[in-house]
Amino acid sequence: MKYLYYPGCSLKSSGKLYEISLLAVLKRLGVEVEELENWNCCGATNYMSINESYAIEITARNLAIAERMVGIEMIVPCAACFMGFLKTQKYMESDPVTREKVNDLLNKAGLSYTGKVKIRHPLDVLVNHLGTDALAKTAEMPLKGIKVASYYGCQLIRPYATFDDQWNPHTMDDIARAMGATPVDWPLKSRCCSGSMTSTMTGIGLRMNYVILKEAKSRGADVIITACPLCQFNLECFQGKISRKLKEDVRIPVMYFTQLMGLAMGIPAKQLGLKQMLSPSLVLT
Amino acid sequence: MPINDEARVGFYICHCGHNIANMVDVTSVAEYAAKLPNVVLSRDYKYMCSDPGQEMILKDAEVFKLNRIVVASCSPLLHENTFRNATAKAGINQFYFQMVNIRENASWVHEDKELATVKAKDLVRAAISRVVFHKALEKKKVPVNPDVLIVGGGISGISAALNIANAGKKVYLVEKDPTIGGYMAKFDKTFPTLDCAACILTPKMSAVLKHPGITLMSYSEVAAVEGYVGNYQVKVTRKPRYIIEEKCVGCFACIDACIFKEAKFSDEFNEGLSKRKPVYIPFPQATPQVVLIDDKTCIHFKTGKCPQSCAKACDRNAFDFDQKPVTQELEVGTILLCTGFQPFDAARAPYYGYGRYPNVYTSLEVERLVNASGPTGGNVVLRDKTRPKSIGIIHCVGSRDEKTNKWCSRVCCMYSLKLAHLLKEHTDAEIYNFYIDMRTPGKGYEEFYDKLLNEGVHFIRGRVAEVSDWAINEHEKGKLVIRAEDTLIGMVRRIPVDMVVLAVGIEPGKDAQDIRRVFNISCSNEGFFLERHPKLAPVETFTDGIFIAGACQGPKDIPDSVAQAGAAAAQALALIDSGFVELEPNTAFINEELCCGCQVCINLCPYHAITFDETKSVSHINEAICKGCGTCVAACGSGAITQNLFEDQQILSEIYGLLVE
Repeated sequence: MKYLYYPGCSLKSSGKLYEISLLAVLKRLGVEVEELENWNCCGATNYMSINESYAIEITARNLAIAERMVGIEMIVPCAACFMGFLKTQKYMESDPVTREKVNDLLNKAGLSYTGKVKIRHPLDVLVNHLGTDALAKTAEMPLKGIKVASYYGCQLIRPYATFDDQWNPHTMDDIARAMGATPVDWPLKSRCCSGSMTSTMTGIGLRMNYVILKEAKSRGADVIITACPLCQFNLECFQGKISRKLKEDVRIPVMYFTQLMGLAMGIPAKQLGLKQMLSPSLVLT
Repeated sequence: MPINDEARVGFYICHCGHNIANMVDVTSVAEYAAKLPNVVLSRDYKYMCSDPGQEMILKDAEVFKLNRIVVASCSPLLHENTFRNATAKAGINQFYFQMVNIRENASWVHEDKELATVKAKDLVRAAISRVVFHKALEKKKVPVNPDVLIVGGGISGISAALNIANAGKKVYLVEKDPTIGGYMAKFDKTFPTLDCAACILTPKMSAVLKHPGITLMSYSEVAAVEGYVGNYQVKVTRKPRYIIEEKCVGCFACIDACIFKEAKFSDEFNEGLSKRKPVYIPFPQATPQVVLIDDKTCIHFKTGKCPQSCAKACDRNAFDFDQKPVTQELEVGTILLCTGFQPFDAARAPYYGYGRYPNVYTSLEVERLVNASGPTGGNVVLRDKTRPKSIGIIHCVGSRDEKTNKWCSRVCCMYSLKLAHLLKEHTDAEIYNFYIDMRTPGKGYEEFYDKLLNEGVHFIRGRVAEVSDWAINEHEKGKLVIRAEDTLIGMVRRIPVDMVVLAVGIEPGKDAQDIRRVFNISCSNEGFFLERHPKLAPVETFTDGIFIAGACQGPKDIPDSVAQAGAAAAQALALIDSGFVELEPNTAFINEELCCGCQVCINLCPYHAITFDETKSVSHINEAICKGCGTCVAACGSGAITQNLFEDQQILSEIYGLLVE
């Protein structure tokens, strides 16, 4: 079983721990990945809002490179990249004008994209390809008694993804369960974390993160797991500030779902990047 | 251009007011046609379909000794019959007439007058080349079987059945469920008059059962239909009830005696809010009042190890555990489809939490909750048996929505008002209606809305985003929080309530596509049955002799369904009382001398109109069944099959006329 792997900028920088833990977990599961050669930034949400056609063009370049690897599916772990890829594919598939324009540009670089690359999120691969039964067998140290709040953020499953229920997603819960933990049912799974507003409009940004942290805690969660580098960053980095400002303790470990899996699989905390976390994730180990 | 010396063509082009004349230069087309071979006379006129237009044909035919007529105007669907009749009145065989559609095919669809005129001339030339080779034909008259099949025993089917049977005709009413009554039987009261649904429906149900002219076939489905207008052969499959219908008197002794002391299985009639036994009757006024056994839950059918206490309790020996589906054949002349709708599945709008939060209900469930004969005896309580103090009614669930169904379901605003009124009456709760637009067009409907406004029900204009149990303060704890944009105050609001009612919309029945195929009728894009014309033939279909009424044609409330059922009944009666139908002579026939008996045509015929004559070793086409599709004509290797109005010479001349100036 081999996949192409598109890390995106985040997983090489602020989301480094996502990459480390994801690759460690995939290796343990026997899933081989090959990093896409010569890839470029997906443009993320910012580029998409400023100039949609540029954003689509630079994402299409990655797709064109991937398409040379015939028949291989590509894993895209970052929620923003994942949505950007699906959006680009949808635009190119449904709008002949965009398709032609983008391909004209790609041709100038000696590339072309015909729509054959299948983009998959790690959650999709783990739950729908490997299956939770296979995952459960790898949980050498089941996380008995640990309550997990799965948090997807706003981009991962809406509006383009089809691998999970768009309104009440469950793949992360399925994984948590397979790892021996107990998922908590809560209604804010796919609520927005405010994205980059924590920097640009801090008041609103902090408020939006407060709501999520508070609800997860009040539902009895011991840890929030997420699949988005920006969500993880916001929820983890600002929880101290929020708690101080509102004089209410909303601190809670926020980790990538792959780190949680790694713990259950018995992968050493160091190899999962847990020692570099800001929130007190090590209490789980 | 092909010439027939005997043909004297009169050509007319219609302005259709501005419809044609604005985009096609009609005078130039008339002048052009006048010069074509065989054309004796060419005229343009403002409205050819008007009386003076038709009179003109009559007079000209006499003066100019015309024997062919061509009219260039609108679609043959609209006026072919008009001009055929005028042609016949002028003493010319009506099949010496040919129509050219230069409205839908030219003026309405083009923007360049010059090119549209060229196209009109081409089409006219083709028609004139063809008509000179037409032959005189006669329409065949076939008697109409006066018996009627009605499919679907909801309020539409019931009304139509009574209308037709009261006119002295025989009606077969086929209903797929064990009882007639449809969705109306589940409703508590009806808007805007608030009369009780059961009180007005059940007398009609028993009238159906007692009517000597109506044969009620409940728990039955139509399996196959053959034949043509006036003469349909229908196969109806009767599902096994495991009870001999004629013997059962509905005493319920068997239900009491069932080995299941407690009812255990979801009760369909109460939308799953109560339980029933494997042997049951759907509801007290079910018609026919006959019990049935659900073989999926009955111990006898599951294990074979049941003492059959139900059968032992029956003093009339009505049980027959060996019943099998039985197919019955009927002969009818006309068919009415009143197969109804299905409510939108609320689980398809997951953001409203149906199935996730127990106190989110569909409107149909609430109909049962407020109903005195419902699962709680009309006591409106939540699943934990407490009484709701606040209730939110969300409109347009699965309607007017890009993601689910785009159409307005037409009944939800009104039934939401009705439920708001009834819930207020039963619980005195605070009631919030979340609506996009209030749609209350109908007699007494707006007045009913007004009444509700005065009753203190809250109306919030805006589509609801989500229903969740996410509480942000003490006030919201333990409640369902409805989040919606209130577009009148321009703010997002959070309304905590104890109970949410989803006003689910109307969509085509899940078996609509199967029904459509069995009866060979069309559907519109969304899957409702397609009427012949949205304004002028709303209950007819493109298959002659098959009519539609009620919500199977589109979302409709009870008054509209009953009105449409009346219209469909009148159409059926008109057809029956005319006594016969005229069949188009555009059928195919086989030249026995040329037929080699290969039988290729037999398998190709979609209408099963061709049989093989073993003694003569040739195929034979039943003219009454042939629809004139032309498949066999094209397939016949020996060139033995000819089709009236589509003979080789006619088609080839038409093509020649179209291509060669």
